[in-house]
Amino acid sequence: MAKGDPGVPTRGRRAAPRSKQAASAAAGDPELVQLLTAEGERIESATGPDGTEYRVDFTDEEYRGLYRDLVLVRKLDAEATALQRQGELGLWASLLGQEAAQVGSGRALRTQDMAFPTYREHGVLYCRGIDPIMPLGLFRGVDQGGWDPNEFKFNMYTIVIGAQTLHATGYAMGVAIDGKTGTDDGEAVIAYFGDGATSQGDVNEAFVWASVFNAPLVFFCQNNQYAISEPLERQTRVPLYRRAGGYGFPGVRVDGNDVLATYAVTRHALDNARLGQGPSLIEAYTYRMGAHTTSDDPTRYRIASEVEAWQAKDPIARMKAFLTKQQIADESFFTEIDEQARTESVHLRERVLNMPNPEPVTMFDHVYPHGSPELDVQRAQFTKYMESFEGSAH
Amino acid sequence: MSRIKEFNLPDLGEGLTEGEILAWLVKVGDVIELNQPIVEVETAKAAVEIPAKWAGQVRAIFHPEGTTVEVGTPIISIDTDPGAGPIEESTTGAPADALPTPSAASLAAVEIAPEEGMVEPGLIGGAAPGGRTAVLVGYGPRTTAAKRRPRKAGVPAQATAAPAAPVQAAPAAPVQAAPAPVAPAPVVAPVSPAPAVNGNRPAGGAVLAKPPVRRLARDLGVDLGTLTGSGPLGSITREDVQRAASGATAAAEPLTVAAPVPAVASFGADREQRIPVKGVRKLTAENMSRSAFTAPHVTEFLTVDVTRAMKALDRLRTRREWRDVRVSPLLLVAKAVLLAAKRYPMVNSTWAGDEIVVKDYVNLGIAAATERGLIVPNIKDAGRLSLRELADAMTELVQTAKTGKTSPANMSGGTFTITNVGVFGVDTGTPILPPGESAILAFGAVREMPWVHKGKVKPRLVTTLGLSFDHRIIDGELGSKFLRDVGDFLADPEAALLAWT
Repeated sequence: MAKGDPGVPTRGRRAAPRSKQAASAAAGDPELVQLLTAEGERIESATGPDGTEYRVDFTDEEYRGLYRDLVLVRKLDAEATALQRQGELGLWASLLGQEAAQVGSGRALRTQDMAFPTYREHGVLYCRGIDPIMPLGLFRGVDQGGWDPNEFKFNMYTIVIGAQTLHATGYAMGVAIDGKTGTDDGEAVIAYFGDGATSQGDVNEAFVWASVFNAPLVFFCQNNQYAISEPLERQTRVPLYRRAGGYGFPGVRVDGNDVLATYAVTRHALDNARLGQGPSLIEAYTYRMGAHTTSDDPTRYRIASEVEAWQAKDPIARMKAFLTKQQIADESFFTEIDEQARTESVHLRERVLNMPNPEPVTMFDHVYPHGSPELDVQRAQFTKYMESFEGSAH
Repeated sequence: MSRIKEFNLPDLGEGLTEGEILAWLVKVGDVIELNQPIVEVETAKAAVEIPAKWAGQVRAIFHPEGTTVEVGTPIISIDTDPGAGPIEESTTGAPADALPTPSAASLAAVEIAPEEGMVEPGLIGGAAPGGRTAVLVGYGPRTTAAKRRPRKAGVPAQATAAPAAPVQAAPAAPVQAAPAPVAPAPVVAPVSPAPAVNGNRPAGGAVLAKPPVRRLARDLGVDLGTLTGSGPLGSITREDVQRAASGATAAAEPLTVAAPVPAVASFGADREQRIPVKGVRKLTAENMSRSAFTAPHVTEFLTVDVTRAMKALDRLRTRREWRDVRVSPLLLVAKAVLLAAKRYPMVNSTWAGDEIVVKDYVNLGIAAATERGLIVPNIKDAGRLSLRELADAMTELVQTAKTGKTSPANMSGGTFTITNVGVFGVDTGTPILPPGESAILAFGAVREMPWVHKGKVKPRLVTTLGLSFDHRIIDGELGSKFLRDVGDFLADPEAALLAWT
């Protein structure tokens, strides 16, 4: 996690050199901040819609670290999908295709920053140093998600679409009230959500509140093009990042399949927030390569050629191409990472299969911090009932 | 655990109860890796591939393709250590001996298998797939924990399957303490040694029959409500069902429901056969009735002299670059449709309630008769393909369909369909629109017929086209012009190509 501080973007409003604008435009969408093209070509710097110039300066070791993160996150996610198909998880929401958006933003967080995820942020969770088995317990139904949000500064998964943006806004307002902003080591908050959530009232309310209270909050929207089966054009008539303008804070669209640009843009937005400059919106433009969840069949609402087009923009392939071209890594490194990913996924599988089922009576354990007489009575009744069965451990 | 592991069909999508085996991707004897896709299963929500839970060698596959399987049922068994030599008998039977055998009381309470050796799964003592001995229902003891556990001694043994019924379990038949409760227990209790009331059905109550008997009745298409039970308390027995179904002809093969619809119908004593409606048949039925009763269909016919077109095809076949290409008259019909659709885009549209969606791309569907039934895969954006590309795409589409490997993606999103009824030797038909499409063309047989050609009656190659269209979108004029264009192309492809492109 400790990435040092290589990604501080240049602040200021000076116009970018022409050549760089040209490079960005050549990459396709002039609105899109991109530092690594789909072919793995490095762009020195890119300019956002408000003139901010984004750049990163990683060491070779850090570049390799990002690649390792991307591969591991993808492999562990694939293992979880397989476990669901084998009946070991009730459900799984795969992040396939969105690794760069999650690793880039997750690594841009500083230790003191707080994150509010949806149910798909397995990559951010990984970057926060949480054991990747944690969400599998949740989707296996043996716990409610077992990590301590305060310890890892990563809130519990939120299933309700968009609800966490309001939680994050309240939390960020609290950070400001506590006077923890305004300095370089101030705190910032990031709220994750998807393109579909932007149609929710909660998210729009969060925009209003964060804006008028100048909350130190980054709204990080992973636009993966689909709200389950509804395509983006059913969500919005303007690019999502431009919605920020209506609420009175800056918005930027970044290539969400470019881990470097995502890192730079997120780091910049978080630093603005921690310095007391208020909220901003990042639209990470990406694509959900898999199904919405394992209960979904994307072939029913999108065509194969679209998926193939995005396949060509794969976040890992472009990073690999870049590392190879720049001789930052060689084949033995890639093999080693693949092997590590395989080992870790097998380990993950074994641990999931050995997860103990919780005792039913534990449902009384965490209702009140200091218990209650009423609850004690219920617990006693329930325990007696459970003991009436054969094979009861009691 | 034993080295032989059975994989049960999991609930693939939050509360599903069954899934249909679409395709096995492995066969018995294959050596497979962990997470290698083994089977494609379609549920009410999605068609998905299931990855192997263990590496090893496929030992048995329990359900053929086309079967609908209940969640929790074993579908495959895998030898997780094939290198360890032949399997001993005790290992083979592991699931049975790892789990409790049914108690004596439970065995006493069920009918014994008839001498003829019926192998309907679920019969006590009968052989079950996977080399196991069936217990009472299903394929033997479940390896997963039952949903309800039996009460401890001292607590009245309550029949779990019949919680509403008065507890009649006689002292002689308390449910034996089974370490891992199995399915038999619930069924046993109600059949306590109560005096049998033969031939009477309890008035006003539901039909009494044990689950395996109900299953048998369902498999054989027997309505339990029409039977008079001869079992205890007037319950319907296996014999009652079999007598009703066929008398002596033992129609109950283990996989009667499981097997794909047999090519040769097998009839029972009542000389009627009941085929469960499912899979492609079910989908076809739903689509056809939905389309027929929502889109007002109009069908027009046109008989065309295609002699020139057939000659053009022959010339095409002799060209060097076309030598290895499969060229059929259908190719020219497809080309004609694509060109005509370009001239009349409205034909390639969808009725979407308050608006009409006209498409700039033609996903050209070709109706194909396969072993699984009628499927309509389509060629995406066929209008942009050259004739050669179109020919290749059609060949591939047909071959994929024949092997039954057409993916759902290739069957969705069609915008215009051609049905080649001519291959069955008929002249034409009035096709029904696939839902979401506004026109479909039937292409009849090409025959040598007397035809007035240049003022004389001559034998010419003639075919009939039948175009059905959605009258909400397409008026008679537009439909006629479109059909006329298709006909013009087939009458003289070279001239039409020169004139239109």
